[in-house]
Amino acid sequence: MQTALKTITAVSAITLLLSSFSFMPAHAQETAKSTLEEGKELAFDRLKGNCLACHHIDDGVSPGNIGPPLLSMQARFPDKAKLRAQVYDATSNNPNSMMPPFGKHGVLTAAEIDKIVDYIYSL
Amino acid sequence: MKKKFALALGLSVLISVPALTSASPEEDREALINHFKKAFPQVPFEDYVNGVYALDADARQQWQAIEEFAPYEIDVEEGQKLFETPFANGKSYADCFANGGIGIRQNYPYFDTQSGQVKTLELEINECREKNSEKSLPWKKGDIAKISAYMAYTARDKVFDIKIPDDPRALAAYEKGKQFFYAKRGQLNFSCADCHIYSAGKNLRTDLLSPALGQATHFPVYRSTWGELGTMHRRYEGCNEQVRAKPFKAQGEEYRNLEYFHTYMNNGLPVNGPASRK
Ligand code: HEC
Ligand code: HEC
Repeated sequence: MQTALKTITAVSAITLLLSSFSFMPAHAQETAKSTLEEGKELAFDRLKGNCLACHHIDDGVSPGNIGPPLLSMQARFPDKAKLRAQVYDATSNNPNSMMPPFGKHGVLTAAEIDKIVDYIYSL
Repeated sequence: MKKKFALALGLSVLISVPALTSASPEEDREALINHFKKAFPQVPFEDYVNGVYALDADARQQWQAIEEFAPYEIDVEEGQKLFETPFANGKSYADCFANGGIGIRQNYPYFDTQSGQVKTLELEINECREKNSEKSLPWKKGDIAKISAYMAYTARDKVFDIKIPDDPRALAAYEKGKQFFYAKRGQLNFSCADCHIYSAGKNLRTDLLSPALGQATHFPVYRSTWGELGTMHRRYEGCNEQVRAKPFKAQGEEYRNLEYFHTYMNNGLPVNGPASRK
């Protein structure tokens, strides 16, 4: 009886979850899209990421060519955490890196880095 | 893949940088020249005095058109007037400098064994004024830059010959300048070398980065961005500020030592100051 009840609660919890999920796709796509756009803006903004100073990215105008072009990021970084680590502190991988340690030196906040990484990962 | 890339980059950096210790100034200079010979085999040594225009043919054409009606010409004339106008006591700048101040730019900055410090041309212009009971001029632009421009102009085509006298303090000043050039600084964590050695010839967004070799031959410089002349230390400030580092004082010890190293690297190249730049 006890276990049956537990099962029922568990099942209904799952249904509840599932039913709330059924609202998700449209909603998630919306937030995902705006996060990507925010990430793109932060990446291009000269006073924020200014990634275009060194990287060719997407449709960004007059990019620099000091770093490699940022494309096919999912193939190059199967582990997204490694991509984030590169943006957070490029010098941990290469102490001589020309790339500013955006997180470590507080150039960008953690939330800003997350958005930029989400955007870069979509390329 | 990523690791390999970073490693390759690290190695190339190790190989292409003059070692930070134990190399003599002359070895440093040769290593720098060789680095750029490899990076830009098509650029003749003498052409490095032209900065980015040695590397970018399109920009060079526009720049040459500008140089024909040089925007600094009037500054050189005014500089000459200022230079030749006697102080209230009847003496003049000519009395303070070797050869009356004419054709001597190629020897600046130099290490003064008497005071134990690096003397730049601008420093001595103001020392000359103070010695003659005149007020010193602001360091970065205006009259001091005009006088310096005139003095450079009279030395055009003379070859830079910065010496490190046999005095441990001179070598120490050189080494401090060199450390400054290779040290990462500022929130953005760049060294001068990051931009002007490792990334010279590349684009930082829309800016083509000039090679360190030849950077000191043509100062003071007329920058269209400034719309006027500025001294080397004004440029150092700008390059420090763009990496969000606190700039040092113009004519303070740090920048004078930096200029000593930076100009020593230009030995063998001719004076072509003043010049115009973007
Ligand atoms: C001043 C130059 C510079 C800036 C600005 C810069 N990077 Fe980089 N980036 C580099 C260089 C150089 C590398 C090569 C690896 C290294 O040295 O760390 C690199 C590597 C990378 C990589 C690894 C690419 C790969 O395939 O291995 C990623 C991802 C990256 N940068 C993202 C960014 C993002 C995102 C920004 C902006 C928030 C940015 N970078 C800003 C210079 C820069
Ligand atoms: C983030 C990149 C960056 C860093 C770091 C940097 N510079 Fe620059 N520098 C530039 C750019 C861009 C220009 C303008 C284009 C050019 O001439 O290279 C410039 C120009 C110059 C010039 C004028 C060149 C000329 O032909 O008139 C000098 C001199 C110079 N830098 C010295 C330095 C020194 C010394 C440091 C270190 C204290 C330094 N720079 C650090 C980007 C940088």
